[in-house]
Amino acid sequence: MSSIRRRLPVHLVLLAAGLLSLFPLYWLFLTSLSPAQYVVKVPPEVVPRELTFGNYQRLFDTTPIVRWLVNTVVIAGVITAFHLLFDSMAGYAFAKRRFPGKNVMFWLVVSTLTVPAQVTLIPVFFILRAIGLLDTYPGVIVPGLADVFGVFLMKQFIQTLPSELEHAARLDGASEWQVYTRIILPLSKPALAVLAIFTFNRYWNAFIFPLVILRDPAKYPVQVGLATLQGEFNTDFGMLMTGAAVAAIPMIVVFFAFQRYFIEGIRVGGVKG
Amino acid sequence: MGAALRRHGWSYLFVLPTFALFVVFTLVPVVQAFVLSLQSARIVGGEFIGLQNFVTLAEDPVFRQALGNTVLYSAVVVAAQLTLALVVASLIQPLGPRSQTFYRALFYLPLVNSAILVAMVWRWIFNANPYGLANTVLGVFGVQPLLWIGSSDQALAAVILSAVLTIPGGGVVLYSAAMSSLPRELYEAAEVEGAGALTKWWYITVPLLKPTTLYLLVVYTILAFQVFERVYVMTNGGGPNNATITIVQLIYSTAFQFGRYGLASAMAVVLFIMAVAVAVVQFRSLRSDVEY
Repeated sequence: MSSIRRRLPVHLVLLAAGLLSLFPLYWLFLTSLSPAQYVVKVPPEVVPRELTFGNYQRLFDTTPIVRWLVNTVVIAGVITAFHLLFDSMAGYAFAKRRFPGKNVMFWLVVSTLTVPAQVTLIPVFFILRAIGLLDTYPGVIVPGLADVFGVFLMKQFIQTLPSELEHAARLDGASEWQVYTRIILPLSKPALAVLAIFTFNRYWNAFIFPLVILRDPAKYPVQVGLATLQGEFNTDFGMLMTGAAVAAIPMIVVFFAFQRYFIEGIRVGGVKG
Repeated sequence: MGAALRRHGWSYLFVLPTFALFVVFTLVPVVQAFVLSLQSARIVGGEFIGLQNFVTLAEDPVFRQALGNTVLYSAVVVAAQLTLALVVASLIQPLGPRSQTFYRALFYLPLVNSAILVAMVWRWIFNANPYGLANTVLGVFGVQPLLWIGSSDQALAAVILSAVLTIPGGGVVLYSAAMSSLPRELYEAAEVEGAGALTKWWYITVPLLKPTTLYLLVVYTILAFQVFERVYVMTNGGGPNNATITIVQLIYSTAFQFGRYGLASAMAVVLFIMAVAVAVVQFRSLRSDVEY
């Protein structure tokens, strides 16, 4: 009790900083729930007097937001599923197996970790145009499988696993594929969870790449869709904030459900903000 | 060759999907970006023109503006992020485990949202109308409403403020993790000497955190160099009058709105060199680091 009282000033500072950080989110939800006349009120009301779902009704009636959300789930979901499989396979090979060329390959992969994604944007656009994948779902998904953060993450984790179980399984006659599926994968669950959360979050929020690759608004993921709403409802902030709220809710739910994996993911090397 | 393949076939099979995708969609494109930067590539066709694109960029006032804005934005934002992360992590450190978990989550929650969505809120907060929230806050202090993103003098400040006013949750988490593994003995020795909390923090904690600081410096700087969504949404893509144009915004418009792919690739190469330069600086200062 006395420690809480002694630390009260620290708690107050931290809470104030946290609330400041969260304030844009609060303002977003508040505006989305406010009747139109309150949105442009001078001065704006920070504590609501009246709430309504009118903006939500209007959003769902007049925009393809549901379609955009479904697109995002599909795009981010497929990318995440493939990353779980491919990154754990490659991470296992780089962590545990010996083969000619391994160091060169790993060095090449790691050296591109700091390359800004926009550097490859134009060439990838050309490649997709050449193979006819512009404005298609595979065009957005396949290049997303090339990012190597997950390989690095899985290698770091699998390295820490003891090798005895693999050896024992081989002595029992397990094939190399079985060693991977029956020994490595089950032991890697914590790292796979981190990878899944991070990858899904990252591609849920992806913007510039789908913006460049997709033309047909029916194929847009929600972030690109939101940006087009910005053009359409330029000063209708109630509507814009409602669109943003609908895009924010799924990630906030995911965050509360899998909080510790987010924190763990940053520690193993994924600062994104 | 056959024997090696038989012996190591599984290994190659395990790395094949990732490595093939990596070569096609990362390695080759990086090389291609450099090749394109030496070409006059437009929507169709293009020929080798040497360093002409870079000469064009050096003389282009809009590119210089974009470069200057990007560097200014990065310098201010990264300095603020490192300071905030260090101070917040230091305040969290002495608290109990449950409080620590709570605050880490509190500071990370705003960061799971997309840059687009966050920028939309900031555009709403910094709008030029009297009902804009930023203007209301100023009104409390008796300041007249500002034009913010509607004015070429204030727009960049609004964009920078929107980034600075978010606690960098990732940095807080990394600093916290690093602090919990610092050696206790040094602090005990300092306490024997009668050092106060602030002295210990400045002379022991901050220097020992140097590796984390350098890592965050590089990661945050490279991320800041890539600032795009914020200006795409807050200032309609770099306005007014290019006051908030950034390198990536200019790459996007030059390539995908004006079809000048060669020139845009030259800008991408400049961005690439900036990122590599920052990473090299970190690598060198880490090598000269004293182990404790």
